[in-house]
Amino acid sequence: MQYMLLIYGDQNGWETLSEQERGQMMEAYGSFTQELRDSGSMVAGDALQRTDTATTVRVRNDETLTTDGPFAETKEQLGGYYIVEAGSLDEAIEWASKIPGSRYGSVEVRPVMVFEENGS
Amino acid sequence: MGRTLAILAPALGDVELAEDAVQEACAAALERWPRDGAPANPGAWLLTTARNRAIDRIRREQTLRRKTELLAALAETEPPAEEKEDDTIPDERLSLIFACCHPALAPEAQVALTLRSLGGLTTEEIGRAFLVPEPTMAQRLVRAKHKIRAAGIPLRVPPDHLLPERVRAVLAVVYLIFNEGYGPPPRAELCEEAIRLGKVLALLMPDEAEALGLLALMLLHDARRASRLDEEGELVLLADQDRSLWDEKRTEEGRRVLDRALPLRRPGPYQVQAAIASLHLEPETDWLQIAALYKRLESLAPSPVVELNRAVAVAMAEGPERGLALMDGIDGLGDCRHLHSARADLLRRLGRGAEAAEAYDRALALASQPAERAFLERRLAEVRSSA
Repeated sequence: MQYMLLIYGDQNGWETLSEQERGQMMEAYGSFTQELRDSGSMVAGDALQRTDTATTVRVRNDETLTTDGPFAETKEQLGGYYIVEAGSLDEAIEWASKIPGSRYGSVEVRPVMVFEENGS
Repeated sequence: MGRTLAILAPALGDVELAEDAVQEACAAALERWPRDGAPANPGAWLLTTARNRAIDRIRREQTLRRKTELLAALAETEPPAEEKEDDTIPDERLSLIFACCHPALAPEAQVALTLRSLGGLTTEEIGRAFLVPEPTMAQRLVRAKHKIRAAGIPLRVPPDHLLPERVRAVLAVVYLIFNEGYGPPPRAELCEEAIRLGKVLALLMPDEAEALGLLALMLLHDARRASRLDEEGELVLLADQDRSLWDEKRTEEGRRVLDRALPLRRPGPYQVQAAIASLHLEPETDWLQIAALYKRLESLAPSPVVELNRAVAVAMAEGPERGLALMDGIDGLGDCRHLHSARADLLRRLGRGAEAAEAYDRALALASQPAERAFLERRLAEVRSSA
């Protein structure tokens, strides 16, 4: 199964880190990503820019409504994600607990929906 | 039926599908066996029939991929060659317990699912026991089973590095069921179910000292069930309970189980609490030993309530001054009426009437049960008149 690991955290936390701490964080993410790749479980993964770069789009009555900002203002924001291939929820939880961000914010684990092309 | 489900569910990785298939097989048995006579091997018959029903259902499934996966999994569940005893398939039942008590499920869903899949209770009975309407409980079960399937919660015994944490989760669910039943209000069927589940766990995990500890604890608590409440349903203090109502067989059974746990030399909170419960069932209460055990419990599972219990035991063993000193060092129980009434009692026995009255007042402000209030008011009047 594929699972999306959504990494939530306080994006302002980054600003409070020292240069050295930022370096350590980047290194931790680098080695986590490498471990995930080496295991063959990595499907995709990215970091996202801050939510003040976000734009939310809704279409109502065929009209596209665009607003500045994220879908919801929350204390913790979606800052990045991984998609992993895992045999069970337990395996996905183990990957989630290794993401450096899980020690500061939280990681939501969501199974990816599978649609069959041949629907018979 | 539980056994068939226990074999089929882990193979399919889908409790709901397995349950439906088993139910259909049982319905078929009810129709055929009276007519054609029961088969020579009823267990194998049920499994084969349930398996075939599951295959029919899978063939009707919409998604091809799921079809292929499920059919492959089913090919591996061969019916047993002959009827075997219940305990010859421990792994399947254990897998089911671990899935039902997976921490990714909400606690109330864990409890409901455990009772439904492994206990002998119907959805209606579980709903009644937890004061939830049957449709609500049914919905809770459907949601939980759906999550097991959709989120990929594995139906298996967790690997070693996850096991300690997951065993704790399973034991906690069983103890929660027991405590719900212990009340007040008491619901005997839940206590019985929890003890039955505790026995299954002790049988399936004979080396888990805490599984034995929990079973012993439940049995030893249960031994006093009949004396715990008076006719009005009010709690009776341990010291005032009618000992002739205590169940000697249960006591003995609990102590035997505890005796099996202790030589494993893996102490834990359930074993210590069982040892304390066992001492409370002695004709003469050994408060010194109980105080020592509470100290042990404090180091294994620290909590202010354990500290309070230890302080009460110390007061009984070594006098009210020592108990009072410990009580005054407890943090975080300011709103606990038990702390104030226990303090009040010690102050009363030390002849410090004014302070005792103050403590009784605080306990009264927090107490709501009529019997408890009456008791506190009586004591308050006593200390006021002698002060």
